[in-house]
Amino acid sequence: MLVYAARRILGMVVVLFAMSAVVFAAIHLLPGSVAHMVLGEYATAEAVAALELKLGLRDPILVQYWRWLSGVLRGEFGQALSIDQPVARLIGGALERSAALGGMSLLLVAIMGIALGIHSAVHRGSLSDRVLTMMQYTLIAIPEFFWCTVAIIVFAVWLGWLPATGYTPLADAGLLQWLRHLILPVVCLSLGLTAHVSRMVRSSMLEAIESRYVLAARAKGVPERLVLLRHALPNAMLPAITVLAIDAGILIGGIVVAETVFSFPGLGSLLMYAIQNHDIPLLQAGMLVVTAVYSLATLAADLASAMLNPRIRLGAAH
Amino acid sequence: MTAVAQKRRRRHVPLILVAGAAIVVVMVLLGLIGPWIAPYDPTMFAVRSRMQPPSGLHWFGTDEFGRDVLSRILAGGYYSLAMGFGATAISLVIGVPLGLIAAFYRGWVDDVIMRIIDLMISLPPILVGLLILAVTSPGLGKTIVAVGLVYVPIMTRLTRSVALSVLAQDFIEAAAARREKTVYILWREVLPNVWPTIIVEASLRITFAILLGSALSFLGLGPQPPASEWGLMIAESRPFLDRAPWIGLAPGLCLCVLLVAVNFVGEGLRDLLDPRMQGRGHG
Repeated sequence: MLVYAARRILGMVVVLFAMSAVVFAAIHLLPGSVAHMVLGEYATAEAVAALELKLGLRDPILVQYWRWLSGVLRGEFGQALSIDQPVARLIGGALERSAALGGMSLLLVAIMGIALGIHSAVHRGSLSDRVLTMMQYTLIAIPEFFWCTVAIIVFAVWLGWLPATGYTPLADAGLLQWLRHLILPVVCLSLGLTAHVSRMVRSSMLEAIESRYVLAARAKGVPERLVLLRHALPNAMLPAITVLAIDAGILIGGIVVAETVFSFPGLGSLLMYAIQNHDIPLLQAGMLVVTAVYSLATLAADLASAMLNPRIRLGAAH
Repeated sequence: MTAVAQKRRRRHVPLILVAGAAIVVVMVLLGLIGPWIAPYDPTMFAVRSRMQPPSGLHWFGTDEFGRDVLSRILAGGYYSLAMGFGATAISLVIGVPLGLIAAFYRGWVDDVIMRIIDLMISLPPILVGLLILAVTSPGLGKTIVAVGLVYVPIMTRLTRSVALSVLAQDFIEAAAARREKTVYILWREVLPNVWPTIIVEASLRITFAILLGSALSFLGLGPQPPASEWGLMIAESRPFLDRAPWIGLAPGLCLCVLLVAVNFVGEGLRDLLDPRMQGRGHG
């Protein structure tokens, strides 16, 4: 298990290095000079020259990459171009708010998805199972930004129950106000993913229920409730964890969209701001941080399923 | 043909496949002929009839410039279709050959291809799109390419894993013994056996390609105004949600109907062709 964990962590570090190179290369090697990207097409030659000197854009590309990377390794992301603030501070605050949004969504998805999936599997073929299956097929396909738009129309405009946009810090406004800004985005983000997770849990739970070890447990007289909880569920959880990790990637996409719709000042909004304002230091750092978060989520899922799966835990596989 | 095989052949076509396919066919037709059957010019401003609610004259109302929402929806349908089918086609054209090559040659070729794929997959899907569209000016073609690239790794992994099991079978050994060319073996012997699984995956993938593409358009990184891509229309309707919700709801509902129908086709095909794939993940 330790060897497996060490290998996976090493793999993650390699991926992050590679990603830093890809992000850097995409921005610096593509046609069109960086200075023009920042200043616009019609910038004067003097302005371009001044900016290139300021950002060190005339140095060889590898020197520039090393300067950026060594800064990142020391935790220095430099100064944002479009706002007079250090990139690290901008990203730190945004990351914290996005983490609250993403964490709550993932928690809701996990709880609802697993509960509904188990319910469907145990009551296979019943009316509620069929209704849930139809809902899964439908909800998986509906985009977050549609839910966000409908949620704003219904709950903010018509009913006036919840704020349509914005954010208030937990420390200033208290728990209730903070939650009021989070409810709509969290629910909108969770609908599609809950459908996906519940569907995976249902099919893996069904597989477990029909397996021989569950038959054996029933045969020796274990109560049905215990059969489900102790024998079927742990095995059904493995695919659920994998799917939650995949969904973390989809969730990141959803967060970018939802933060834009709800004007929520998180990492997604910051990335969009960096793209619109051609703020390259901010964009590079933001993309790297998002990749790191995603890698960590994948790593956590891999380690969790390794711990649940004796074949990996005991080193038989790999 | 054995009894089991016959039974399998006669398995009835799932209802969701029929219903989904019918809706998709209608929407594809509307998407193709939409610009010609639109009742109004989709780009014509009409200041006097701004933000009119749905009526007999304007079935889906008018937007903030007085443009007919129904006409704009009809004119913009092909964007979503182009993104869904185009991006999936790109992921197939790049992903399937890569998977076949990796499975056939094994060794270092396999290692190199799969490490690159691992790297691509370790980036959240939306970031690939954002990265490409941040450094180049946005447009329909680039959105399609960006979304297509996102789904290359899935196609490569799937093709490789199915191809590996096909390559281990006797008829491949026979073909190799006949000294058939590599291209012949991969194209004529392996691909036909890999195809059913890939078709199911591709049909499910179209839903997510449309989802991701319209999300990128929604963020302003797809077709640019005055294009009436549905995601973009929803984004542009946001300032008027309180006064004229139909501007965003109408294209939103159309997008949902299209996506749900395409997904029904994918799920139905999966039930029909490959029941063992039930509940596979998407990404």
